[in-house]
Amino acid sequence: MPEGVGTLHELRAALDAGETSSVEIVGQCLRRAEASQDTLNAFVGLRAEAALREAEESDTRRERGEVRSPIDGLPLAIKDNMVQTSEPAHCASRILEGFISPYTATAVEGLERSGAIVIGRTNMDEFAMGSSTEHSVNGPTRNPWDADRTPGGSSGGSAAAVAARIVPAALGSDTGGSIRQPASFCGVVGMKPTYGRVSRWGLVAFASSLDQIGAFAQTAADCAWIFEAIAGHDSRDSTSIPEPAPAYSGALSGDVSGLRIGLPKEYFVEDGVDAGILAAVRDSVAELERAGAKTVEVSLPHARYAVATYYAIANAEASSNLARFDGVRYGHRAVGAKGLTEMYCRTRSEGFGTEVKRRILLGTYFLSAGYYDAYYRKAQQVRTLVRRDFERAFEACDALITPTSPETAFRLGEKTSDPLTMYLSDIYTVSANLAGIPALSMPCGSVGGLPVGLQIFGSALDEATPLRIADAFQAITDHHTACPGDFA
Amino acid sequence: MARINRAEVERVAFLARISLSDGEADQLVQEFDSFLGYIETIQEVDTEGVEPTAHPVSLPTPTRPDRPAAAMDAGLAVANAPETAASGFLVPKVIGTEAEG
Amino acid sequence: MSDISGEFEVVIGLEVHAHLRTESKLFSPAPIVYGAEPNHAVHPVCLALPGVLPVLNERAVELAIRASLAMGCEVHQRSIFARKNYFYPDLPKGYQISQYEEPLATGGWVDVPVEGAGGAAGKRRIRLTRIHMEEDAGKSIHDDAIAGSDSTLVDLNRAGVPLIEIVSEPDIRSAEEASAYLRAVRSILRFTDVSDADMEKGHLRCDVNVSLRLRGSTEYGTRTELKNLNSFRFIEDAANAEIERQAKTLRAGGRVQQCTLAYDPRSGRTSVLRLKEDADDYRYFPDPDLIPLLLSAKQIEQARSEIPELAEQRSERFQSEYDLSEYDAAQLTASSSIAEFFEAASKQHGAPKVVANWILRDVMQALNERELAIDDSLFSPDALARLIKMVDDGKTTVKSARGLIAELVESGGDPEELVAERGLAAVSDTGVIEQAVAEVLAANPESVELFRSGEGKVVNFLMGQVMQKTQGKADPAAVREILARELGK
Repeated sequence: MPEGVGTLHELRAALDAGETSSVEIVGQCLRRAEASQDTLNAFVGLRAEAALREAEESDTRRERGEVRSPIDGLPLAIKDNMVQTSEPAHCASRILEGFISPYTATAVEGLERSGAIVIGRTNMDEFAMGSSTEHSVNGPTRNPWDADRTPGGSSGGSAAAVAARIVPAALGSDTGGSIRQPASFCGVVGMKPTYGRVSRWGLVAFASSLDQIGAFAQTAADCAWIFEAIAGHDSRDSTSIPEPAPAYSGALSGDVSGLRIGLPKEYFVEDGVDAGILAAVRDSVAELERAGAKTVEVSLPHARYAVATYYAIANAEASSNLARFDGVRYGHRAVGAKGLTEMYCRTRSEGFGTEVKRRILLGTYFLSAGYYDAYYRKAQQVRTLVRRDFERAFEACDALITPTSPETAFRLGEKTSDPLTMYLSDIYTVSANLAGIPALSMPCGSVGGLPVGLQIFGSALDEATPLRIADAFQAITDHHTACPGDFA
Repeated sequence: MARINRAEVERVAFLARISLSDGEADQLVQEFDSFLGYIETIQEVDTEGVEPTAHPVSLPTPTRPDRPAAAMDAGLAVANAPETAASGFLVPKVIGTEAEG
Repeated sequence: MSDISGEFEVVIGLEVHAHLRTESKLFSPAPIVYGAEPNHAVHPVCLALPGVLPVLNERAVELAIRASLAMGCEVHQRSIFARKNYFYPDLPKGYQISQYEEPLATGGWVDVPVEGAGGAAGKRRIRLTRIHMEEDAGKSIHDDAIAGSDSTLVDLNRAGVPLIEIVSEPDIRSAEEASAYLRAVRSILRFTDVSDADMEKGHLRCDVNVSLRLRGSTEYGTRTELKNLNSFRFIEDAANAEIERQAKTLRAGGRVQQCTLAYDPRSGRTSVLRLKEDADDYRYFPDPDLIPLLLSAKQIEQARSEIPELAEQRSERFQSEYDLSEYDAAQLTASSSIAEFFEAASKQHGAPKVVANWILRDVMQALNERELAIDDSLFSPDALARLIKMVDDGKTTVKSARGLIAELVESGGDPEELVAERGLAAVSDTGVIEQAVAEVLAANPESVELFRSGEGKVVNFLMGQVMQKTQGKADPAAVREILARELGK
């Protein structure tokens, strides 16, 4: 076995060749997880006993020739905002302390049905609100490449766990870039599907019209396997696309010849982004051109309003989604409150962190009488224009490429004092959530020893093209194999 | 002049049932000012005749047939509750004239 | 109550909330069970657990459309579910899924029977503003004995039950009219099978908005809201008490404050629950977890065709189409099932007035004696029609047929077979009748004398004797004829 766990594809091959067992693989991942906890803090909890039992069951299935899927018996981690029966789900928040879920998220059920094994839950920014995994009741997760830096957020724990080769893959959630930005900071592949492609049943809601569950892995091919297990229509989610999961692996032809790649000029403005990042992205695009792809400049004129639009909508929806955390039916309740109102106010003040409170208050303001039209409704109108920008761009090309982030992983504490600066780090990622289109980030180089991410947007329902481009890129380059060294 | 004043922040905090210390409230007045200034940039956009996005994906209305599922075990339903009496959730009484519903 | 009608005009509007007759909740698949123990009929969705999502109940939509069409509303092909955000322990999500801008239906009306001048029956048309769909909240039990003196007990069994809210225009002009309006609404809801609308079970709740204005004025006065009144009596009493209170305030030169009130039936007084200045800002916005409700014109027409004809309309039609009396028509249309039974039997038999008679006289009695609803009886309209036909054709007597009704109601059966089995075939063989008449006349010479001396009525006695002799099976017309002939000799 390589240092640190290999890819899903490598592990599958090893299992099928009889070189190892699920129990052995899962055991190794659990040990690495435990060993890394003090230094990395990627996990909030492990379910060792259950995982090992499931691994045994998988081994038995494999011996009987009853393998359920390519990921049967392979370990994964899930973000702390996805529920699983009899397991805690705290969203890295004090307000959910003690909560144990009586049901399982559809995406997690998809993993279970495929035989994959959830070994534990990963750290995140509280309620997915953040871009650094510093806003967590469990303390920050550190970037495996540099312990003084953040792994990005809000799915920082999942990104770090895959980057540190603790697990081959992990689930995350992406509302404004919370999978892609940490993927880029940690040097792994991270993908958010089309809105509605993966069910949100069992994903603790942050912003309902923007949230999606997605995956982290070392390769695009591994990502395809995960999405085959978790995507598809779910009648429990009214916003679910009424189609079964496409066979993503089949789209990985390795061929990008003739593919038209759009480069939105607003994303390549020199003083908005680190020069080293631009260079790495341009070099990667050139690599793809050498492989036969064509590039074309396009424009997304409303790009500069994306962050403001995103925050108006996201915070408004979040303020309503988080109203259920009130100390009545589950989670934290303030002790010794006199009367209902005091109980509500103290429970929520004690239970929510500063960033969450800030966003709830902003969101409440945006929806309140007199401001609704100017903020929420207006933002939804601008959102329509953002969507149309993409529709127009996709008439001229099959996919768009941009840097994932204007910077590489920043230092812990660097942005926590100015929330607005933190929000602006989402500048390249939020448009995909506004438009509902699929988007992926993959490693494409490094600057100062830190990974650089390249983002690929696909048109609605077309996860296959970004996956195909990433897979083809990974066949002719080796950025995705770079590893931060043994982190344990 | 700040875009929002202390009284507004407190009104919003009450709507959201979050209590703020004086320091927090003052801090928020500053922060709100900064955010609102940034978010207000969307006012520049010409949205004449543009429909607000109802949904990122266009779908026919999903419905479910009127078939009841088995009720959840009542014990499980209240298992996470901070306080219960029999199988009901117990909460402090409302003090004063706030009854809703 | 003092008569204020000289100075003031009463302006009342009602918001009626009615439970829809579905088996599961509006957005949750939890079963609807009345009277269950707290939280014994819930599901993760109605508990608002983290990560749950709403999915719309299609039957609830059908029923809401039906109710809207029955009340003359325009049903919109596109409507939006919106979140109404506020905090209360029986509202688990911290918001109620309702409809705000773009409701399911707008317009419409309800005709309310009123007593006109001189006691004549009349109608007042109360217009509706809208009908929309929403979910109910759970129950908060404040009773010290159950929850303790400092606590409230929350039961979420009712949370998520589908409701329609029927909002009237402020067209109602008295407390009594308000109560009559609510009765009319309840009747429509029951007849269309949209709601059981049983106020005692909490299927029907009502908020009453009351204001006064100077007679002749066209401006509205400040209105107050009486919440959650759940009996007709309380609605009238509470509205009257509030009218009285407002009149008193206004006469004294004061101003009515906008507020929400509760009514205490024991004291007969209203008290302020909440001043409207403290009103919550509900921050309505379209629910992003739900897709707009899109209905095709076909779906709406389909729902329209499923509305049972309303009782009043049907009664009028029975009077004109079948030439029934107002009383008989009203009786027959009091129940949808009876009305349908009647029409089916009439259609087959061909003489509606005759059929009506049989139903109102014999069938209803048999049903009532057995506490059976006609739907639960095996007696079919076809069987009734055939039975009556047998009497028409002289194949059995009225008496015999009437005697069979009870059995037919209780256990069904074929009338021809039963007549044969029970030996109830009418005796129309003249030979047998002549024999019976001869025997009766011979046995009753005094009666014959009485008849011949002018006491015509005695023929009834003799008829009875002949009928007895033939065990009631003789065809009465034939008996009369032969008796008359023999007596005439």
